[in-house]
Amino acid sequence: MITVTDLRKVYRQGKKEVVALDGVSLSVPKGSIHGIIGHSGAGKSTLVRCLTLLDRPTSGSVNIDGTELSSVRDSEIRAARRRIGMVFQHANLMDSRTAAANVAHPMELVKAPKDKIRAKVAELLKIVGLEGFENAYPSQLSGGQRQRVGIARALASDPDVLLCDEPTSALDPATTDEILDLIQDLTRRLQLTVLIITHEMHVVKRVCGSVSLLSKGRVVESGPLAEVASDLDSKLARALLPLPASEVIKGALQAGPVLEILFSGDGAREPVLTGVARHFDIDLNVLAGSVETLGGQQFGHLRVQLGDDADCDAVLGYLRDRGISAKLARSTADEAELAEFAPADTDFAAETGDSK
Amino acid sequence: MNEIFSNPVLAKALPEAIVETLQMVGISAFFTVLVGLPLGVFLHVTVPGGLRPMPVVNRIVSDIVVNITRSIPFAILMVALIPLARLLVGTSLGPVAASVSLSIGTIPFFARLVEACLRDVHHGKIDAAQVMGSTRMQVISKVMLPESLPALVAAATTTVVTLVGYSAMAGLVGGGGLGKLAYNYGFQRFDVTVMIVTIVLIIVLVQLIQLTGEWISRSLDHR
Repeated sequence: MITVTDLRKVYRQGKKEVVALDGVSLSVPKGSIHGIIGHSGAGKSTLVRCLTLLDRPTSGSVNIDGTELSSVRDSEIRAARRRIGMVFQHANLMDSRTAAANVAHPMELVKAPKDKIRAKVAELLKIVGLEGFENAYPSQLSGGQRQRVGIARALASDPDVLLCDEPTSALDPATTDEILDLIQDLTRRLQLTVLIITHEMHVVKRVCGSVSLLSKGRVVESGPLAEVASDLDSKLARALLPLPASEVIKGALQAGPVLEILFSGDGAREPVLTGVARHFDIDLNVLAGSVETLGGQQFGHLRVQLGDDADCDAVLGYLRDRGISAKLARSTADEAELAEFAPADTDFAAETGDSK
Repeated sequence: MNEIFSNPVLAKALPEAIVETLQMVGISAFFTVLVGLPLGVFLHVTVPGGLRPMPVVNRIVSDIVVNITRSIPFAILMVALIPLARLLVGTSLGPVAASVSLSIGTIPFFARLVEACLRDVHHGKIDAAQVMGSTRMQVISKVMLPESLPALVAAATTTVVTLVGYSAMAGLVGGGGLGKLAYNYGFQRFDVTVMIVTIVLIIVLVQLIQLTGEWISRSLDHR
């Protein structure tokens, strides 16, 4: 369990004060994965540095299972850090050490007995699926394998919290999914509390149980995935269930009102659209749609155009009566402003830097 | 060929000169690494934003000690340090005395190279080491030094090659060795054979040092 309360970090830049974190609060229960998503500059890196005590927060608290991290004395800072295992974007392995020696590194620091280290290293390499790679140097491993070694190393100090800073941003899509599945599997098996900091919605969709949207140093939206996804007005829902930009199809229907409809859970199973068509005896045209399973629930996000003779308010009322969120669509300009996150795979190419 | 073996100067003085040169280079290389390595580490970690920032001390050591020593031409430094050599080893003559000024001349040079090597260690590795709970000494001994070891060996190689050149100069002011041989016989007595032989020997020595250094550096490099 990790609880972050009203965390603030103010940097001084000459005479100017830069507020990097402006009262961030989070709570992640044991055994669950929380995603923190945000653009570059949103304060993600600062948050990571405050959580790992590489930087001291200006105010606020970071609490892991009842231990207050933000106020520990300098002499206790190293013991406190060992409660957090950290996975980096580029793994940050030591090139001069073999896979086994990299995993052994955190244990060497506290002078653990050699035979204990050896046994633990073997066990950790096994659970991350790298048996037989003990003597390989990082340069001989693929990006995904390097990240697996990084995860094994992060677990070597038996941490309560696993903090993953863009763990898959340097990996290809297939490897990304492998690493995410591994993190999810380990979370369940070892009852870890996991924070994944990312800018990829795909990561959140695949493994996170809950998510926070960080913007300009503040958490602007937060909650379990299923909850934030069912709020038609939230930025996160729009990012989780993105609709492609759609032009009104000319000729098919006269320019009738355009609705946005969000089905979730049971609502996703009922044939609502045909229900509307029959009930009101109108024509419907689906302009765009997106269907996802998020947090174990089915979600569907549709943009639908009604015939120009349709009674828009009546249709909205009909849908809401059946527990389906629906509203009049905004203009395309508003849509563009709200579409903050590109789907993960499209900006993938830009993210694969060198991983040395 | 015959000239080389029949040359009385070479037969008499060459073996001794070789030994003296090796002594000078060996002793001063040892002290250069012994002092220069920690000095380089110190310069790197005390820099503002470093592992243990000490901006004022860093400025003093970096500007005054290292830069001033480095800006004095070695030939002048060598002469200036004769009293110090006499104080430390009791004489200003011979390879051991020359090693004093050789070491002092190359320590700041090597320290700067060490500093540059350590700066090249990726910052993410330092972060990773700190997050896993390393002390500062552990960051230095388990990350900075091992990760930059191939570069450090290359830097040491460059330094030793420089020392060979300096040792020839030291020969002129009483250090002995191949430099003295080449100067006294090759230059002042126009003995071309001696000149050529000493030059070839110095080239061979530099080549050996360079090749060995490169080989060690490569075999340590796992990147």
